[in-house]
Amino acid sequence: MSAANPAAFGWWSARNRLRGVSSRSHFPLLMTCVVFLLIYIAACLRYRGFFSLQVAVNLIGDNAFLGIAAIGLTLVILCGGIDLSVGAVIGCTSIFVATMTEHRGWSPALAVGVALAAGTALGVVQGMLIHFFELPPFLVTLGGLFLCRGLGLLISRESVAILNPLYVKLSSWSLPLGGHATFPLVGVLFVALLCIVSYVAAFRPIGRYVYAVGGNEQSALLMGLPVARTKIGVYAFAGFCSALAGIAVTLYTSSGNALTGSGLELDAIAAVVVGGTLLSGGVGGPIGTLVGVLIFGVIQSAIAFEGTLSSWWARIAIGILLLGFILLQKLLQPERTNP
Amino acid sequence: MIKRLAITALLFAGLLAGCDKTSESKQEGGKKSLVVGFAQVGAESAWRTANSKSIKDEAAKRGIELKFVDAQQKQENQIKAVRSFIAQKVDAIVLAPVVETGFEPVLREAKQAGIPVVLSDRRADVTDDSLYATFIGADFIEEGRRAAKFLVVKTGGKATIAELQGTPGSAPANDRKKGFEEIIKDHPDMKVVLSQTGDFTRAKGKEVMEAFLKSPEGKNINVLFAHNDDMALGAIQAIEAAGLKPGKDIIIVSIDGVKAAFEAMAEGKLNCTVECNPLIGPQVFDLVEKAVAKQAVPKRIDVQEGIYTEEQAKEALPTRQY
Repeated sequence: MSAANPAAFGWWSARNRLRGVSSRSHFPLLMTCVVFLLIYIAACLRYRGFFSLQVAVNLIGDNAFLGIAAIGLTLVILCGGIDLSVGAVIGCTSIFVATMTEHRGWSPALAVGVALAAGTALGVVQGMLIHFFELPPFLVTLGGLFLCRGLGLLISRESVAILNPLYVKLSSWSLPLGGHATFPLVGVLFVALLCIVSYVAAFRPIGRYVYAVGGNEQSALLMGLPVARTKIGVYAFAGFCSALAGIAVTLYTSSGNALTGSGLELDAIAAVVVGGTLLSGGVGGPIGTLVGVLIFGVIQSAIAFEGTLSSWWARIAIGILLLGFILLQKLLQPERTNP
Repeated sequence: MIKRLAITALLFAGLLAGCDKTSESKQEGGKKSLVVGFAQVGAESAWRTANSKSIKDEAAKRGIELKFVDAQQKQENQIKAVRSFIAQKVDAIVLAPVVETGFEPVLREAKQAGIPVVLSDRRADVTDDSLYATFIGADFIEEGRRAAKFLVVKTGGKATIAELQGTPGSAPANDRKKGFEEIIKDHPDMKVVLSQTGDFTRAKGKEVMEAFLKSPEGKNINVLFAHNDDMALGAIQAIEAAGLKPGKDIIIVSIDGVKAAFEAMAEGKLNCTVECNPLIGPQVFDLVEKAVAKQAVPKRIDVQEGIYTEEQAKEALPTRQY
């Protein structure tokens, strides 16, 4: 076996690892789905009008920006890292796009393009710092967080309404689903991104590299996988997703506000972890994150329908779920024997 | 493995039992009472809490079923709340916008669903007036002007001012600043040398004031203008910690008129508060009922308000409800 060429061996091993892990990792995902369904069904039974197509699609549409950011973060966490700059990039992007289109006369396409490029570039820089200088991702991206939050507030401390006709048209466009239900553009963006990332993560080599690097960076390196490219790529993609989430916010509110998304990185991390992705890397996936985001949404909706409960209960519920899930993951993890 | 699974199962059973408890209590329904959704900003200050309480009490008094959502000072939460009110097909929505911009799409959805929206306390910037039934709230610009006018008299038109702003982009922060500047621009010896946001909270007010006092211009400050009482109360702590006398070394004027501000005035630590009345529940539900009955209502309704100085504080204190 060891005589075989290293690349082939690496591929075989990564794939096998993936298989072995995935059977174990199905259980947390299954539990997430069960929890989601239970809350959803309970809410449907309890509140008149909860069981409607519009409420169901609102769960995706209203949480699209959280979901988009969480997808990028999922890959980072799968790769064994963390990205705290997510929320700040969202705020910065939203105010940048709004200010440029409204006050500087840029076309929306240009502003969006520059914002996406800038988000990606920030990700690349963070990824390079983390990989080449072996700096802790927590601190590097914390730096990114402060940088972007400050930059956003520097651009404009006041929220800016976007009145550009094209932008307004896009933000009010939604996919009719029959009946009175409609699915907004941001929801479409989220679902499209989810499909692409799920496909790439499961079936493309780069997706498998992410799992391999997250599972064990040393062996990934020894197997000859492109570790540097994978890690930097993952941070770049997370930066891209955060910027895209920022643009989704501007579409959702047709305005930009430098303070949007403050603390959102933590919600996103919670959604990823509740969705069955291990914080230590190598196990999980974007579909779980979708369910994690949906749990967020269904709890918030239920509280709005209830009407008398403090909305902080949403945080409490998420806190309990999060603790439950990490405990679950720990219990299901096989004891590692030292070689 | 089995043991672990058992523990896990137990854990989730407990969790679900917790969930179930919340889903039992309410079953009455049936009665055809008005259902109103209220998307509140948050619970960032005593003023806001009094405002929420006034709305809740009034709803209970009138037998209106109130769906109350605290947006935790996040616009996205508020938009979600309004959208879920629309999905619930409530009879009317009351919205106190966190920031002025960005509510147009969701207000349009409410209009399409035929649900009247009453804006409470804060304005929303929309291009189309017909998106909301009416706006009831304080005239924030006037509040800023009144604070400035008090200072002109108190300082004789000479002041080095530090300003604690509210949440950036919010109507009260924008307008109070605007009204204040309108008056002081006619007085060349009154200058705002430092101005930063304290986010309408006591903790941030204290933190920012500490930074102000440490800055090079810090020792020249003789006036503090805070956009709300809570920030002023925080700043008072910072001023005391720096060994200065609030109300004497630094003249302090703020807006809202919460009870704690009156207490501070009675102790001579705060010089003036411009009232911004939060007890608008009765007025709000009058408007809601009219809007639901499709009666015409004026687009803009002001709330009755006063201004209080140290001298009046002791008398007024026992009558303050919030």
